[in-house]
Amino acid sequence: MTLIVRLKRFLNETGNVARFTGRFFSTGIKPRYENRELLNQCYNIGYLSFPLVGLTSFIMGLVLTMQLRPSLVEYGVESQLPVMVGLAIVREIGPVITALIFAGKIGSSIGAELGSMKVTEQIDAMTVSGIKPFKYLVATRVVATTLMLPLLTILGDGISLFGAYLGVNIRSVTSIDLFFLQVFKSLDFSDILPAIIKTLFLVLL
Amino acid sequence: MEKVKNEAVIVIKDLVKAFGEKVILDGFNMTVEKGSNVVILGKSGSGKSVLIKCIIGLLQPDSGSIHVFNGNVPEMNEDELDEARSKIGFLFQSNALYDSMTIRENLEFPLLRHWVDIEKEEVDRLVSEALENVDLLHTLDMMPSELSGGMLKRVALARTMILRPEVILYDEPTTGLDPVTSREIEDLILKLQKKNHTSSIIISHDMNCVKNTADLVVLLLEGKCYTEGTYEELEQSADQNIKQFFE
Ligand SMILES: Nc1ncnc2c1ncn2[C@@H]1O[C@H](COP(=O)(O)OP(=O)(O)OP(=O)(O)O)[C@@H](O)[C@H]1O
Ligand SMILES: [Mg+2]
Repeated sequence: MTLIVRLKRFLNETGNVARFTGRFFSTGIKPRYENRELLNQCYNIGYLSFPLVGLTSFIMGLVLTMQLRPSLVEYGVESQLPVMVGLAIVREIGPVITALIFAGKIGSSIGAELGSMKVTEQIDAMTVSGIKPFKYLVATRVVATTLMLPLLTILGDGISLFGAYLGVNIRSVTSIDLFFLQVFKSLDFSDILPAIIKTLFLVLL
Repeated sequence: MEKVKNEAVIVIKDLVKAFGEKVILDGFNMTVEKGSNVVILGKSGSGKSVLIKCIIGLLQPDSGSIHVFNGNVPEMNEDELDEARSKIGFLFQSNALYDSMTIRENLEFPLLRHWVDIEKEEVDRLVSEALENVDLLHTLDMMPSELSGGMLKRVALARTMILRPEVILYDEPTTGLDPVTSREIEDLILKLQKKNHTSSIIISHDMNCVKNTADLVVLLLEGKCYTEGTYEELEQSADQNIKQFFE
């Protein structure tokens, strides 16, 4: 019984997400665009979550390096440390961590904001003033998130690598030039691009 | 008051609205004549807010018709609705000022939306004029959170008036305000009615407000128009359902 109810609720939820996506592409894409509100949201969503993303990425890079070193030392391939860390961060961990933090922070704050606008009738007030709230409030936020997440990911990756650099330097000395040379040599563009594109889709979650 | 049949601006016929099993409006009828103030009286939860939200098209009624400026609201498409809404002002029960915007932006918002190619100076002029009307010009660059409840109500009123609507729907304009401020708001409503010849629907439980503003009082009971008449007529009524509001 409860299982059926839950299944039904889950299917309903899935349906809603699909409807939402459809609505986003059908109404949100049409002109007239809410450019000012979009910029505003880019600032709110992108700039204001930068400190959190930055801090987490930094710590992650640092810790990852420190954890990896003993195992690498055991096999005598300590010199490969920057390469391993660099690959791990840029290819997988960076985008995922950034997206997770982003979803947690932004998702809940958008939810709370729109919820309070609903109860204080601000959304009705918009409708009455000739604005489609879906377009003005929701579509702008979705687009802003889509634009900001890749940017934040790139910044986060950079900071993470810097953290890793410090991690490498705790026990041994490497110049920053050498470190980044090693990292970038091991990465090529095809590593970076899919990862960044991956973030675009993570947004929709 | 002499009975001159004026042109009707709003005609509501057999309006029915239910939420699930709960029937809120059950065959409601009402007519608002041009230039008159109609007050709707009714207990809390009797569906007064629901009624005026149907008029502005925020809620879709289950059946019945609402003719505003010769169009039937439930059958209008988006563009027609926008067109009608630009001529209807709505004062929300909870003010509904946008709390992420300054007072100035709050007032500019409907202007820029409904009159798309309006000049910047004209916008500024209208905004100052509207705020001056409610004596709050000094709050221009403040945020809504910095103002008191009464001030917010007056700002909301200014925002409602700024488009010079032909019809204004007030949802409890004086509830929760002191008698002096209430009086000011009532005067504003009357001043507007005289100056722009607007017609209004006012929802209120505040009998002073009703007495001062109403040309016609409509009593909403169990989803129907229970009775209508002038304030004096209803005050003299012996009907228990009517009397309880005047005690
Ligand atoms: N969106 C909605 N969904 C379900 N029920 C609703 C909705 N809006 C209003 N109601 C119900 O309709 C009834 C009437 O609500 P309404 O807000 O019109 O009352 P009101 O007459 O304005 O009361 P008050 O004087 O307290 O503002 C209430 O019982 C409320 O629970
Ligand atoms: Mg109400």
